[in-house]
Amino acid sequence: MKFAVVVFPGSNCDHDAYHAARHVLGQDAVFVWHKETSLQGADAVILPGGFSHGDYLRTGAIARFSPVMNTVTAFARGGGPVLGICNGFQILLEAGLLPGAMLRNKDLKFHCEHVHLRVEQTDTPFTLRAPVGQTLRIPIAHGEGNYFAEPDVLRDLEASRRVVFRYCDTSGIATPGSNPNGAVNNIAGICNEGRNVVGLMPHPERACEPALGSADGLVLFESVVSALAAQASLP
Amino acid sequence: MSAHDSAVLERHGLKPDEYDRIVQALGREPSLTELGIFSVMWSEHCSYKSSRIHLKKLPTRGPRVLQGPGENAGAVDIGGGLAAVFKIESHNHPSFIEPYQGAATGVGGIIRDIFTMGARPIALLNSLRFGPMDGATGARTRRTVEGVVAGIAGYGNSIGIPTIGGEIAFEDCYAGNPLVNVMCLGIARSDALVKGNAGGVGNPVYYVGARTGRDGIHGATMASAEFDDRSAEKRPAVQVGDPFMEKLLLEACLELMKGDALIGVQDMGAAGLTCATSEMGARGGCGIEIDVQHVPQRETGMTPYEIMLSESQERMLLVVKRGREAEVEAIFQKWDLHAARIGSVTETGLLQVKSRGETVAEIPNAALVDEAPVYDRPTARPRYLDEVHRLDLESLTPVSPQQALGSLLSSPTIASKRWVYRQYDHMVRTNTLVLAGMGAGVVRVKGTPRALAMSTDGNGRYCYLDPRRGAMLALAEAARNVACAGAVPIGATNCLNFGNPEKPDIMWGLVEAIEGLSDACRALDIPITGGNVSLYNETDGRAIFPTPVIGVVGLIEDASCALGRSFRAAGSEIVLLGASVGRGDAEPKGRAASAGLGGSEYLKILHGLIAGDVPHLDLEAERALLALLAKATAGRLLLSAHDCSDGGLAVTLAESAFDSGGIGCLVDLPAEGAMGEWDVLADLFGEAGGRVVVSVAAGSLGPLMDLAAECGVPARRVGRTGGDRIAVTVGGRAAIDWKLADAERLWSEALAQYFARPAA
Repeated sequence: MKFAVVVFPGSNCDHDAYHAARHVLGQDAVFVWHKETSLQGADAVILPGGFSHGDYLRTGAIARFSPVMNTVTAFARGGGPVLGICNGFQILLEAGLLPGAMLRNKDLKFHCEHVHLRVEQTDTPFTLRAPVGQTLRIPIAHGEGNYFAEPDVLRDLEASRRVVFRYCDTSGIATPGSNPNGAVNNIAGICNEGRNVVGLMPHPERACEPALGSADGLVLFESVVSALAAQASLP
Repeated sequence: MSAHDSAVLERHGLKPDEYDRIVQALGREPSLTELGIFSVMWSEHCSYKSSRIHLKKLPTRGPRVLQGPGENAGAVDIGGGLAAVFKIESHNHPSFIEPYQGAATGVGGIIRDIFTMGARPIALLNSLRFGPMDGATGARTRRTVEGVVAGIAGYGNSIGIPTIGGEIAFEDCYAGNPLVNVMCLGIARSDALVKGNAGGVGNPVYYVGARTGRDGIHGATMASAEFDDRSAEKRPAVQVGDPFMEKLLLEACLELMKGDALIGVQDMGAAGLTCATSEMGARGGCGIEIDVQHVPQRETGMTPYEIMLSESQERMLLVVKRGREAEVEAIFQKWDLHAARIGSVTETGLLQVKSRGETVAEIPNAALVDEAPVYDRPTARPRYLDEVHRLDLESLTPVSPQQALGSLLSSPTIASKRWVYRQYDHMVRTNTLVLAGMGAGVVRVKGTPRALAMSTDGNGRYCYLDPRRGAMLALAEAARNVACAGAVPIGATNCLNFGNPEKPDIMWGLVEAIEGLSDACRALDIPITGGNVSLYNETDGRAIFPTPVIGVVGLIEDASCALGRSFRAAGSEIVLLGASVGRGDAEPKGRAASAGLGGSEYLKILHGLIAGDVPHLDLEAERALLALLAKATAGRLLLSAHDCSDGGLAVTLAESAFDSGGIGCLVDLPAEGAMGEWDVLADLFGEAGGRVVVSVAAGSLGPLMDLAAECGVPARRVGRTGGDRIAVTVGGRAAIDWKLADAERLWSEALAQYFARPAA
């Protein structure tokens, strides 16, 4: 299968996502410049982390206007799997592909460290290989990862089982102490109604090799490979 | 009769005799614009006029050195057709005036130096020095620390280069003059290093990046003067960083460098357009003619003087091949950057500056660069040295070892720096093999089996007591740190932070430090490939301690051999490599305990003393230790390795247990004859160099001892890992017995607690 890694000006985890897809997973991967309008036939799209356009305005607020985003939106509406990581998640929020918004971390500081996540839902293309409740050790690196949504939006997200990842402690319990940024309901990642668009603040592409301290993030990429293989084998 | 009065000269930091030299070089009186150009190029910051003759003493060649000092950065061969390109630089003065932007633009500047060489930057480190976090200046220091750390994080995180290591120390002398030294390392193809040369008469000269504003005018001159209570007025001379612009420049320049349209490139850092044009011309032995009206400007009505001296950030000067303009412009256009053609290369050897066609400055490049003044300034050994070397321990009351360890672990210099490094993205680019805080920074080199380890070290207290040995210890410690990570040191970069060189006692310290560093580099076979000198680090006439900071880069042939400092398994054997205790086996018999504790963190924290002889150093033993560590790590004999430095052996043992997941240790240090209280303290907290604590699986103990004997390194099994306590006895007598979790909590939380306080 083929991953498209979208490159916005200021993306800085584009090479890391490409490396995970291409060199760790052994799948095909291409960079797609934000001014392009073709995804080059990719089967899945990754919006990588970074500081698109410097994030001097709200994070992701300018990137949503890039020409490529029309194509990504159409791809998502057609059911194609889209993963937004960190700044990519923020761009998905700004583009309206996912609900909610990001606030600055509650202590107003950038945090880079390993955290624990509980996999809440496994019926998305990025989690289907993970058992429900699996605890993943994956790094975060952000200053604005404090997820917020209006109460009715939040109720809807929870009721429709669209919170995909929650910050938790080592034993898998979502506690205030294990929440690194103040995100409402310890939310680390969510999906859209169609469940094919997933955004999360932690960086699974940084946790794909034991040499880097954890390979727990690999399951997200392996899941989408499986999801697409299953789809391809349908009559 | 001079065309410029003495007030004008003083404002430009030029001495009367320097003005005479300008007149001589030009054969006439300079215009004000020309005076401005000379003043920045002949400033201490750009010309190294006080240090140049001494810097020549440093060894700069070696089989791996591809580029020594003189270019934007140094480069060493790391095999596989690749080069590590690296340099350290200071941004002390701007960071004192405006901590966030001062530190941020320091990071931006050193990154430009690296990618200018054609290298993709993959790692950042920093060495920071601040005043005490408590006391009268504590509140201001805490604000400075917060600003500097946030500035480093803000720039590095945004541009996407991991900050993988460094060091921070706190000392009274930095209260009015903090030090911010930043190191960057990049990877380039060794056959494709780019130089900062102009060449080819008629080739176009391009300006790319941010527009020029009035910010930073005379920044280089500011960095070449002492501070006083009016320094806040100099705030406009500090620039504002834009990491997004630099990210675009980085990607566009690397894309351009893949082809062959480029002749040379230089960033506009200190002294801005002036420095970039004159240095590129001087290196290429040619002239450059520009018209400032073509320089993109962010303000209206800027004079040629202002345009030439502006230090606006994120700007590059390029010379490209004639006929390839469209290709070059298209690459920058892709990245939404405007490449403005501002002039061309000439055969005249002159820097010719025009404004709307009219010549406003015409100066031989050589006069600005190669013929800048060089001073052999007088030196005098400072008188205070006789005083501070006296150390009478009998007049002090010894503190119990456990209480001393507690005080040291919670002192800001030794306490965990997690509060700092968690603000730095230290994992982006997915190369970081040893996470921040776990020893030297280690990054793998993708596409090869190799990894690079790097460490920046320095100790102002040692250098205050003995600048020569202090500088040697700084190099030895940095080398030892990368060796502990499994690397062979292959190159070093230095940042020499000193006071006013016009004062003979300061100049003496500078010369001593350079000579000490030079001797140590030769003994350990580590060439210096470049660096930076920061002088005039004084506020209200009070100088900082002499503070050479050394960054060492080491090569790990097999990345999977990289090691961290923490114990990995209970039941492994703990071995002390090198002289056995704080006093040092190799020292002359009969040396008192006072020798072991000289200059130590123990004396400073527990007794408020900076005194005595600085720690022992034996460069031959150090060299043998480096060789042993290289062999032992390559042979996969070691589970962890941590060197003894600040706080001595006791702190090293405690830190080896920290971040290990709760693996304690049981250690018995050998006693030599009758041990008095001070002897025990000296063994535990003395900071003699050349020592490393390693842990090994039981089965590797024999092979390690054999290897140590072969390398001529004393090695002694001193204990075993395991349990939930840090338990240390000396000659069987209890010295420290502390629950690991309690000690670790104290150490982990000490620094963060300073920032939990309300800002004053």
